[in-house]
Amino acid sequence: MRPSTRCVRATDSRDPYGATSPPIYQTATFRQPTATEFGEYDYSRTANPTRALLEEQIAALEGGRSCLAFASGMAALAATTRLVESGEEILAGDDLYGGAARLLSRVAPRQGIAVRYVDATDPAAVAEAIGPRTRLLLVETPTNPLLHVADVAALAEVCHRRGVLLAVDNSLLTPVLQRPLELGADLVVHSATKGLCGHGDVLAGAVVTNDPGLADRIAFHQNAEGAGLAPFDAWLLLRGLKTLALRVERQCATATRIAEQLASHPAVERVHFPGLADGRQGAIQRRQARGPGCLVSFTTGDPERSRRIVESLSLFTIAVSFGAVGSSVSLPCHMSHASIPPELRGRLAPPPDLVRLSVGIEDPQDLVDDLEQALLVATAAAQPGERPTLTAT
Amino acid sequence: MTTPTATVPDAISAEPQPVTLPEQAVTPDETSAPEQGLLEPGFDTLALHAGAYPDPTTGAILVPIYQSTTYVHEAVGKNKGYTYSRSGNPTVTALELRLAALERAQFGSCYSTGLAATTALALALLSAGDHVVLSDVTYGGTVRLFQQVLSRFGVEAEFVDTSDLSELERSLSRPTRLLFLETPANPTLKLTDIAAASELGHKAGAVVVVDNTLLSPALQQPILLGADVVLQSTTKFIDGHNATVGGALFTNDAKLHETLAWHRNATGTIQSPWNAWLTLQGVKTLPLRMERHSRNAVEVATYLERHPRVTRLLYPGLPSFPQYELALRQQKSGGALLAFEVEGGTEAGIRVMNALRLCSLAENLGAAETLVTHPASMTHAAVPTEQRERTGITDGLVRLSVGLENPADLIADLARALAA
Repeated sequence: MRPSTRCVRATDSRDPYGATSPPIYQTATFRQPTATEFGEYDYSRTANPTRALLEEQIAALEGGRSCLAFASGMAALAATTRLVESGEEILAGDDLYGGAARLLSRVAPRQGIAVRYVDATDPAAVAEAIGPRTRLLLVETPTNPLLHVADVAALAEVCHRRGVLLAVDNSLLTPVLQRPLELGADLVVHSATKGLCGHGDVLAGAVVTNDPGLADRIAFHQNAEGAGLAPFDAWLLLRGLKTLALRVERQCATATRIAEQLASHPAVERVHFPGLADGRQGAIQRRQARGPGCLVSFTTGDPERSRRIVESLSLFTIAVSFGAVGSSVSLPCHMSHASIPPELRGRLAPPPDLVRLSVGIEDPQDLVDDLEQALLVATAAAQPGERPTLTAT
Repeated sequence: MTTPTATVPDAISAEPQPVTLPEQAVTPDETSAPEQGLLEPGFDTLALHAGAYPDPTTGAILVPIYQSTTYVHEAVGKNKGYTYSRSGNPTVTALELRLAALERAQFGSCYSTGLAATTALALALLSAGDHVVLSDVTYGGTVRLFQQVLSRFGVEAEFVDTSDLSELERSLSRPTRLLFLETPANPTLKLTDIAAASELGHKAGAVVVVDNTLLSPALQQPILLGADVVLQSTTKFIDGHNATVGGALFTNDAKLHETLAWHRNATGTIQSPWNAWLTLQGVKTLPLRMERHSRNAVEVATYLERHPRVTRLLYPGLPSFPQYELALRQQKSGGALLAFEVEGGTEAGIRVMNALRLCSLAENLGAAETLVTHPASMTHAAVPTEQRERTGITDGLVRLSVGLENPADLIADLARALAA
């Protein structure tokens, strides 16, 4: 079954009424057949039928055997770090979501886990960085917000030669565009809050794997630490997934148009967008992904101008998160990546003039017009005395 | 301590909401009530009103469900107190305000489950090498968390009989970071003297935490008895309808609350807004439900105690209970939980459980429906056998969470099952 077909087929074949939208099992506990025999479900922290259906669906979309759904992407990532024992080490890509950097630098070390950062776009550098204690390599591709591309197949080869697990955060592209397990990754991690949900109404996370042993260990921690996803949220996500393929297709098309608009605009210094990447990264992106995704970021050379652009936009709302149907804009340095610990700022923080756009599914022309007017306002304001001419609505 | 500080004023840093009762919730109606009469609203009133106020836009009496992950910023760096629902959500805040008022605490934080709350507490307080003392009869999930997860962080957990104050004092002679009490203990219902144990804990420099899940604040308020932190699995009596899983922590320590919020945000275990809203609704009837739970439990316990086939009956609300005097002192009533054994041991106990029709065999407690559990194979299966045997969680022990049914129906169901 192809992804767009799979997306709309999320029904529970065992539902006694054949409901085409699955029931919400808003229950904490389940009646047991006898005092010593247990049914499939006993307690919703451990497993819940609505959540199980979602987990099955995400696993199928990612081409994985098992999925575990969590209360947030950070909870999914925290569970993934439990695969690493005290005294072992995590290697992480050096352009990482701020919340992930915070977890790795502030929480993991207290479990006795060492963390080092590496340029994941360079498999040779990764090979060199892997040490005897390295257990897990965690990468995003493309990265957020600089949209660097890492070669998943090459990283998998490097990791597996050295007995290291490869986890890929696939929140940005979603399985519609990229399936890291098929490229050799051992684990896929999602902030399902982003593209998978797509409607900005659910916080959720997921870990997907083909390895039953890894799945069991993640499931143990999902249960023991109680960070599994609530049934209502699982149901909302199942509903959101039905339009995943459509949403992603539209977002890719509009983001490409916007990236081209920005690339040819005089007020813009540099555009980051996987669809415009050339050279080695462009080739890798085209080989391993079916589209560029919804994020476009750009610099202007002037943090003040960037701030004015952000605040002059009207259709792009200033908000953290990405991947929703509504477009949003952020200054990552001040927002999603502000939690990067100070000692890692120099290395990991995005440039202060970087603007990140998450492109939604509005009429593309409205988004193009909104950007055009914001760029004009911001540029004009930089030259006192000149009034901006507003051509757009 | 290596607790990180929460200083980054950004979208994903923790921005703990100061927990004070919104004025609207407690402002007396000038026409009908004299001001001084409502300065300290009663528990039943707080259960309905604390944390809630009419929606400023529509006047809706119920708090809206903010099923939204993210919030529009007015300008870069300027928001209205909420940026991302992992850090804080208005519906969850309303629940935190209400539950904190009920526990007589200044600050509350809600989590995806009770165990997520315990995990956040451990992450916030404990470092490698720290010594923790816990009640030797503790919920199986808590035991598993300390023995199989937190042990990997280098945390050493010692399980002692906290009802025995001299044994507790001996364990606390070593530097102890955390004293974790569960009273009544699940499932043997052994009580720990919260005031006396807190004093011993504080003398040893420990933070004293009481898991108050079994009684809920309607029947026991540990902060007033000297505890530093109260833990709730809101899945149980707080929700009361068996509809959600959730957890919460309460404290008067602003700095600890901030650290808890930091960890909840960093590891992403905040409660979902929908569950928070269901719990806000469920908790409204908490005072009524707890009163009825206790009354029904007294009737059922009295019946079981007199039944010739019942060899052991544990219920803190009956004078026969060994710690009845302590129960009278620190609890408002006996609560919903009781445990019993029947002659014939394990096999007979299991036969009785399987013969019950009205009482559902399920792994939970605190619901409106009566639930029966076999602790040794269900809720406490994660506790090592040796520890179970030492602490009286015998294989024949049957736990009953007495619900809100007509007690005559419950007794009839038990009578039939005991005769089977």
